[in-house]
Amino acid sequence: MRPIANTRSAAGIPTGRLAVWWVVASEIVIFGGLLASYVMHRLAHPAWAEQAMHTNVWAGGFNTLVLLTSSLSAVLAHKAAEEGDGPKAARLLGYTMLGGAMFVVVKAFEWTAEIQAGYTITSSTFWSFYYSAAGLHGLHVIGGVVIMGFVAAAARRNEELHRVELIGIYWHFVDIVWIFLFPLLYIAK
Amino acid sequence: MSEHAHEHPNYIKIWAVLVVLLGISVLGPLFGHPVVTLVTAFGIALVKAYLVAKNFMHVNVQKRFVAYMLLTCLVFMALFFFAAAPDVMKSEGNNWYKPEAQWQAGAGTSEGHGDH
Amino acid sequence: MATADITTDAHHHHEQTFWSKYVFSTDHKMIAMQYMFTGMFMAAIGGFMAYVFRMQLAFPGMEVPLFGLVGPNDYNALITNHGTIMIFWVAMPVLIAAFGNFLIPLMIGCDDMVFPKINRLSYQIFLLSAVILLISLAVPGGGFAGAWTAYPPLSAQAQYSGTALGSTLWLVAVALEFVAFLLGGINFVTTAMNSRAPGMKMYDIPMVIWMIVIASVLFMASVGPLIAGAIMLFMDQVVGTGFYDPARGGDPVLWQHLFWFFGHPEVYVVLLPALGITADIMCVFARKKLFAYRTALWTVFGTGILSFTVWAHHQFVAGIDPRMAHIFTVTTLLISIPIAELCFIYIATLYGGSITLSTPMLWALAFVAEFLIGGVTGIFLGASGADIYFHDTYFVLAHFHYTFFPIAIIGTFAGITMWFPKMFGRYMSEFWGKVHFWGTVIPFNIIFIPLFFLGTIGQHRRIYDYTNFPELSLPWMQDLRQLATVALIVMLLFQFIFLINMFYSMFRGKKAPKNPWRANTLEWTTESPPPHGNWPEGLPEVYRGPYEYSTPGRDEDYWPQNVPS
Repeated sequence: MRPIANTRSAAGIPTGRLAVWWVVASEIVIFGGLLASYVMHRLAHPAWAEQAMHTNVWAGGFNTLVLLTSSLSAVLAHKAAEEGDGPKAARLLGYTMLGGAMFVVVKAFEWTAEIQAGYTITSSTFWSFYYSAAGLHGLHVIGGVVIMGFVAAAARRNEELHRVELIGIYWHFVDIVWIFLFPLLYIAK
Repeated sequence: MSEHAHEHPNYIKIWAVLVVLLGISVLGPLFGHPVVTLVTAFGIALVKAYLVAKNFMHVNVQKRFVAYMLLTCLVFMALFFFAAAPDVMKSEGNNWYKPEAQWQAGAGTSEGHGDH
Repeated sequence: MATADITTDAHHHHEQTFWSKYVFSTDHKMIAMQYMFTGMFMAAIGGFMAYVFRMQLAFPGMEVPLFGLVGPNDYNALITNHGTIMIFWVAMPVLIAAFGNFLIPLMIGCDDMVFPKINRLSYQIFLLSAVILLISLAVPGGGFAGAWTAYPPLSAQAQYSGTALGSTLWLVAVALEFVAFLLGGINFVTTAMNSRAPGMKMYDIPMVIWMIVIASVLFMASVGPLIAGAIMLFMDQVVGTGFYDPARGGDPVLWQHLFWFFGHPEVYVVLLPALGITADIMCVFARKKLFAYRTALWTVFGTGILSFTVWAHHQFVAGIDPRMAHIFTVTTLLISIPIAELCFIYIATLYGGSITLSTPMLWALAFVAEFLIGGVTGIFLGASGADIYFHDTYFVLAHFHYTFFPIAIIGTFAGITMWFPKMFGRYMSEFWGKVHFWGTVIPFNIIFIPLFFLGTIGQHRRIYDYTNFPELSLPWMQDLRQLATVALIVMLLFQFIFLINMFYSMFRGKKAPKNPWRANTLEWTTESPPPHGNWPEGLPEVYRGPYEYSTPGRDEDYWPQNVPS
């Protein structure tokens, strides 16, 4: 079923991992374009600092902690998968998925509070960027959790263990995006 | 399959460093000094991103071209920023102006919008 | 949609069910055919649109046969979607997706793409995007009418465009199309990097494969900011944010930057595959080695990098920072150097060869000749001083049609006539192929050369009816417009010859052997058409570069890559 093409490795990197690196490269320019647009607007509008005061640093900081920790379990899952321990890798991926879910839940409470306080996506262009950038990132988190579910289910049966590393690379990338979003949206005032 | 040759670093230790850095970046603004905030916020974000990319994503043990291709994408983004920013950061044109941008930037003086 | 039917009833065997063989196939050759026929179907629509609005320009207010009266809004929607379709739904799917899918596995000697299911998904998303675009033409208010570049505020706010639903559907269609090509591009690049036949080193890869791969990389690296920009535009349209509204702290010029940061590399995304196709054809029909393979390859790498530094030459009159205009003038003029170098490489390849003027070779030669005109006129537009006068005139329009027509139409016909025997196992008619060639290339020049003159006189683009501008509706100007329109109709009619030739040859053409052109590359070492798995008796190995023609000391004038020395 799987083509012979998929088993070759002329570039010296397994095919799946090579493809994930290209995915990451193309994601860098998507988030890069959005964040570059935000930064140039932010520099041009000193008045936005006052609006940024209303973001919740503690919620953002807690979410950063959650994502960092979920990255840790993802990389531990990769290690377990390399050692051939599928069930352990699946369990660790489960923790990562839990982290992703927690991230989204915190986000939901945070946004609810902000919207109730009157800061909606159309309040000002700062808030438009705030919701759009965090929202695009949130969609990546949700997508990652869903894909991770399939990978973990296969890993539990000791199948397709190399995919544990692949989803991990993607997850770490999503983590890095948040590492930059956090100071850009929350800390800089 | 070069990656199986490498040692796994102590991931928990790296995670602990990341958490400490996170703490510093949250506490940085409490000093109230903008330069300190800038360094603790963005300097530390760069360090954190480096640590995650190196130790969790294992960019350092991939074939060299992976790092180059990711860096090239970043360079393109920097290029985009520096070419677009002079236009986007202008606060007024012939037939338009941006009220918010002028509110603090000296109420739209007629000179120096593109210069910085 | 009718597109699905066209792709599927082309040819019929009975080993598998109809659906699994033609519609849900994961075979790269079938997906290539799906892309090609969908692209041709969209080209027919785009061509028809050109016919309708050219008729309005030549004979204002006339009831256009097969369409009816063209209203001002219809006119704007037609020109907008003509541009969108021709670039995103014709040039991209045919040049990159169809030829990439068909040629990459065959020319690098493997059995399929590395991710066949993602490949299938890519086509399905592409088909969906085409359907959404066609639906957007028929919704209340009409199709999007804010030009293919979709500058805000016209594109962002429905009270200006008057096409609330049409603009949003247009944007969604374009975004889905990007997703499809990101999936496809990752497949192409990964396949070419990892799945080459044993022995095929970096400099043994045929030029056309290199070009398609570099084009995919350029696409992936440039489209991201526009995806981000499209999200912001979508928010502006649907949610009511003000990303592009200066009164609310946004900036409309930002969209222009985001768009052209993608839009200019995109020119090279479609140019490179066409250059690659012509390079391979020229070597085969001049029986000569490609001149300076390595120089050509590194020139293309350089072009790719440079193409990211030129985008703001589209914005010289948009109120951009004048210092930036200087920089972008320099980079724009710089990028003509590697392209000129490639033209010289092609001429040097032809020099002293034993040239056969077969149909593919005619198309390849025409590509270089016509693209040269497009490139040279581009130098005027790249210089900010001249561009301020020429901007948004028909000079610009004629210039980019002299680049895109050779790329998307001439390059495609070159590729189809070259690889038709491999795709379908039969020859196309040479005689009717040449009739079609002359019937396309001559009218093409008659269409666009007059437009250069109209542009230099100051005829502005995107005007519905020039009779409202007395200085632009002098009798001789109207004569030139009518000349261009008549030539367009002639050219469109000649395309029926191609369609008849192609469909007739598909079923009744003379049977073609494995290697009808006596070419070196790997795709000619398997059956025509190649069976599932491409080389059932074992995948080939590679012993030399792709262009070893007329090697001294050999009896035959070609030396296939897979023959051990």
